[in-house]
Amino acid sequence: MMNEGIAPNHLMIAPILVPLVAGAIMLFYNDRNRQTKLVMGLVAVGLTFLASVELMAGVKSAGEQAGTVVGLYRLGDWPVPIGIVLVLDRLSAMMVMLTALLAAPSLIYAAAGWHGKGQHYHSMFQFLLAGVNGAFLTGDLFNLFVFFEVMLAASYGLMLHGSGPERIKAGLHYIAVNLAASLFFLIGVALVYGTTGTLNMADIGRALYWLDDAERMLFHAAAAFLGLAFLIKAAAWPLCFWLPPTYGAASPPAAAIMAIMTKVGIYVILRLSLLVLGPDAGPSAGFGAPALMIGGVLTMGFGMIGILGTPELTRKGGYLAIISSGTVLAAVGFAQAGGGPGMLGGALYYMVGSTAAISAFFLIAEPVSRGDAGKDENDDGAPAEDVADPLSERWAPMGLDTVEDMTTPASTRTVSWLTMAMCFALVAAMIAGLPPMPGFIGKFAILQGAVQDNLHTSGALPVILWIYAAMLILSGLGALIALMRFGIRRFWAEEGPTPRILALEVIPVVLLLAMIALQTVRADALLNYTRATALALLEPGIYRNAVLAGAQDVRAAPAQNSAPDPTAADDAGQDQEGGE
Amino acid sequence: MELILALAIGVLCGSGVWLILRPRSYQVIVGLCLLAYGVNLFIFAMGRLYIGAAPIMPKGGFVDPTAYADPLPQSLVLTAIVISFATTALFLVVMIAARGVAGTDHVDGRERRP
Repeated sequence: MMNEGIAPNHLMIAPILVPLVAGAIMLFYNDRNRQTKLVMGLVAVGLTFLASVELMAGVKSAGEQAGTVVGLYRLGDWPVPIGIVLVLDRLSAMMVMLTALLAAPSLIYAAAGWHGKGQHYHSMFQFLLAGVNGAFLTGDLFNLFVFFEVMLAASYGLMLHGSGPERIKAGLHYIAVNLAASLFFLIGVALVYGTTGTLNMADIGRALYWLDDAERMLFHAAAAFLGLAFLIKAAAWPLCFWLPPTYGAASPPAAAIMAIMTKVGIYVILRLSLLVLGPDAGPSAGFGAPALMIGGVLTMGFGMIGILGTPELTRKGGYLAIISSGTVLAAVGFAQAGGGPGMLGGALYYMVGSTAAISAFFLIAEPVSRGDAGKDENDDGAPAEDVADPLSERWAPMGLDTVEDMTTPASTRTVSWLTMAMCFALVAAMIAGLPPMPGFIGKFAILQGAVQDNLHTSGALPVILWIYAAMLILSGLGALIALMRFGIRRFWAEEGPTPRILALEVIPVVLLLAMIALQTVRADALLNYTRATALALLEPGIYRNAVLAGAQDVRAAPAQNSAPDPTAADDAGQDQEGGE
Repeated sequence: MELILALAIGVLCGSGVWLILRPRSYQVIVGLCLLAYGVNLFIFAMGRLYIGAAPIMPKGGFVDPTAYADPLPQSLVLTAIVISFATTALFLVVMIAARGVAGTDHVDGRERRP
């Protein structure tokens, strides 16, 4: 039962430590040495990627022997329910790898000049990565809050990078919304601690069995508060108003890496709703599932209307992120309500592909709409940009002497307008879910899982599944119409000189497209992986037992406020394990 | 004591929520501060209320945990205070920048048209 031998030991903390240390070391250099910092950042991202490959290999190889194995890393070697743990399973390994894969293109793009438009871009970028990876890896609710705040604090800086009135205005809203959401998070954490007496995610699920009715109500309130906080970050429908202006105003490389941040919210909802409120949670089973289902479907509808309605390309990217969030959230709701692993596996596959595509979209949106004459119809007073030089574009310092220099791009090679058109078409096809692309495969897998796992129970599909299937297809159609309209107008109908676009701004998009292509070619392997992930997520006992394996001894003397009767809890845990 | 604490949390959170819904950025930041105070008190209360109990146990040997206050909410609240202080300070900087750029302290960067 002790899994230290199997678990990749100290490597588990590498995805947090490497960016954190790299970001800190960069602070010792003069901020003018941006090329040095760029190289350091790329090295750090590369190391993180290698670590994630190793971690994923560990999770997978162990998985082939005995279902799924969960790696455990005890920080400071404190015993389990007391100390803070990092937990690695298939889902976290996948998300950590995705983060590293999105980070490299974003960094390369920043080298085209954006990293010179403000201070400490590279340090903040690394701190953001540390926070995101920490949120994916931690197994402790309060530690999750801390990593969330690390991530958010870095994202405030990245969002404001480059300054300018529009960014400051959007940043003010973004920070206010997220501060309020963090307070909700804290209320939820406090209520969870007050009712269950623990903050270890696996332990919460175990303590949940012994809550009486009054405490259970409080726990549900806690779950609702936490859900609210994460849904704000995942941009579910009524709570997503902040996202399009923020991501639209952020500089493209920052928006590209912030695409992973909505997925952090989704990851936590996925993790907690299936681990704590999953099918085996007794009276709390399925709490919040209807909200996720209905909210997810409404989110997709809102995103579709938004993308059709907004004229500005970067804002369209925000609505694309909302559509992607809604798709995955609804699938999580269905899985929590017992919709089977097929849908969830498909949704996870879709999430990987769509996150990469949205990241690529943010990177391509700015060069493509550079000097776009049709853009002046937006109402926020931004003048149409006819500036061909990307370095002076959208650049309005706020009068304070914050930025002293502008670095020249690392390479001044340019690319043709046709290349841009091709890239844009491919990204749009991916986002709309056209057949050879992973967007299509993911949606197809979701629909297939929905039909396979839910048809035989009642003879007919539940109504909400029909609505979901319809929205899945319609939202793709909406995205296709909106992007095609833009593409035709911009690439075919418009005359005049084409803007100058640096090769450095296209290489990242090509890299992301290569990733997406690889996802199509190796769709089978990735789908197998995500399906196994979904199966493991729907068996929360695996995760719980792996984390709480060594937890018996410390609960021998129950603290005053801890969950009632820990010995009974351990017995139940072992019963479950016997049932595997 | 329970009633006083509950009232204090309620008043802080209530006025905090009212203030962050106001249109001036200064009101928003004060509201966020009040809300953070209320939440911090709430975290503290979730470790149950004790009077005159130390949170730190003496070293060595088994002690009766009922005689001590729960140390975990205290450490949580300490972390929460530090984080909310830092992020509020950051918000203040952005707020001042927004005031300088927009020339108004309205949260939307422009006055509502009459």
